[in-house]
Amino acid sequence: MAKVKMTVNGRQVGSDCEDRTLLVHFLRENLALTGTHVGCDTTQCGACVVHMDGRSVKSCTILAAQAAGSTILTIEGLAANGELHPVQAAFKANHGLQCGFCTPGMVMTAVDMIRRHGANLDEATVRSELDGNICRCTGYHNIVKSILAAAAEMAGAQQAAE
Amino acid sequence: MYATNYHRASSVQDAVKLKSEADEGKYLSGGMTLIATMKQRLAAPSDLVDLRHIPDLKGISVNGKSVRIGAAATHFDVASSVELKAACPAICDLAHHIGDPHVRHMGTIGGSVANNDPAADYPAALLALDAVVVTNAREIKAADFFTGLFETALEEGEMIVAVTFDAPAKAGYAKFRNPASRYAMTGVFVARRDDGDVRVAVTGAGAGGVFRHSGMEAALAASWSPDALSGIAVDPSDLLSDIHANAEYRANLVKVMAKRAVAAA
Repeated sequence: MAKVKMTVNGRQVGSDCEDRTLLVHFLRENLALTGTHVGCDTTQCGACVVHMDGRSVKSCTILAAQAAGSTILTIEGLAANGELHPVQAAFKANHGLQCGFCTPGMVMTAVDMIRRHGANLDEATVRSELDGNICRCTGYHNIVKSILAAAAEMAGAQQAAE
Repeated sequence: MYATNYHRASSVQDAVKLKSEADEGKYLSGGMTLIATMKQRLAAPSDLVDLRHIPDLKGISVNGKSVRIGAAATHFDVASSVELKAACPAICDLAHHIGDPHVRHMGTIGGSVANNDPAADYPAALLALDAVVVTNAREIKAADFFTGLFETALEEGEMIVAVTFDAPAKAGYAKFRNPASRYAMTGVFVARRDDGDVRVAVTGAGAGGVFRHSGMEAALAASWSPDALSGIAVDPSDLLSDIHANAEYRANLVKVMAKRAVAAA
């Protein structure tokens, strides 16, 4: 048992947990951030994807202790000032979900993907980048559409800002 | 997962000391295999010594043809290194096709090499590139390092610090991925030196882990082209058979992946 401290969604947090506690359980149970989901629990489905120090990771396969001292971003930290993040808005506009269970991981994956590829994202890249995220409802078409729409929207907004 | 004690090492010496003091300790790098295995209770180390924060294990350096990849370099780091892409693009391509993006952000070359999963990608690259595994104690040639399924030449407590190799004139990697796990059902790494020396290393197929195929090496040394492999027979008797593919199927995959690797080089 140790006190694990990290920055989650811009907030300094600390909580006692066992050394074997997984990051996803730390977020959900110690911090009550239940937006991050536990899907397969075997590192395959990606429902648990969060960002650690700016990179997407599977929080079901990382100990909270490993993440101590890091900066974590979860689905709860995306929207700013009551406005959906462009990726969240695109999932809504393009009906990029059905049951919604995989959606937090899909959105966090999409944000990471767009950060790395920017406006260069094409459909084939999106589909291969979704290797680590499983959706059992949609057949992926609208998820891909949502991500491409968000990438275009974000590239446009960046251009306008410059 | 059974209970365990987490330790974060600040240096190589610190890590070795922490592990030596543990009952049944294990080094933890990206954890993409170890944590998953612990969750299944297939591993239950008393102590974990986290290597991710040791500065000496980080970084990739390329000096002319001489390449050094720190053990804690993630698959993403290897895939996206501009210097490495200029020297040996095949290893970047290999790293880019390990697991998925999130796994590549955590998993490391040192962890993968130390684990020596018979379906992992890096062992094929290291063997074909005639790489050297640098540990805290010595340097081990790849040919002497991989000793069997999940078995390596590492002694108790010994840890990998870096992987080094000289970039070849040409290299390529091709794998047939298990559609569910993304592991190599068969992967072949080919490398050709300026002096004409050719190495062909196969992962995911051998019953004893990664191996070289001398028949293909001779054929490619004589003529570096996919067609040069057309007449080569791959003996299935030492290959893996499992629910995903039997030995005969893998034998054919070895040939097909070798041709694709040469075409990609």
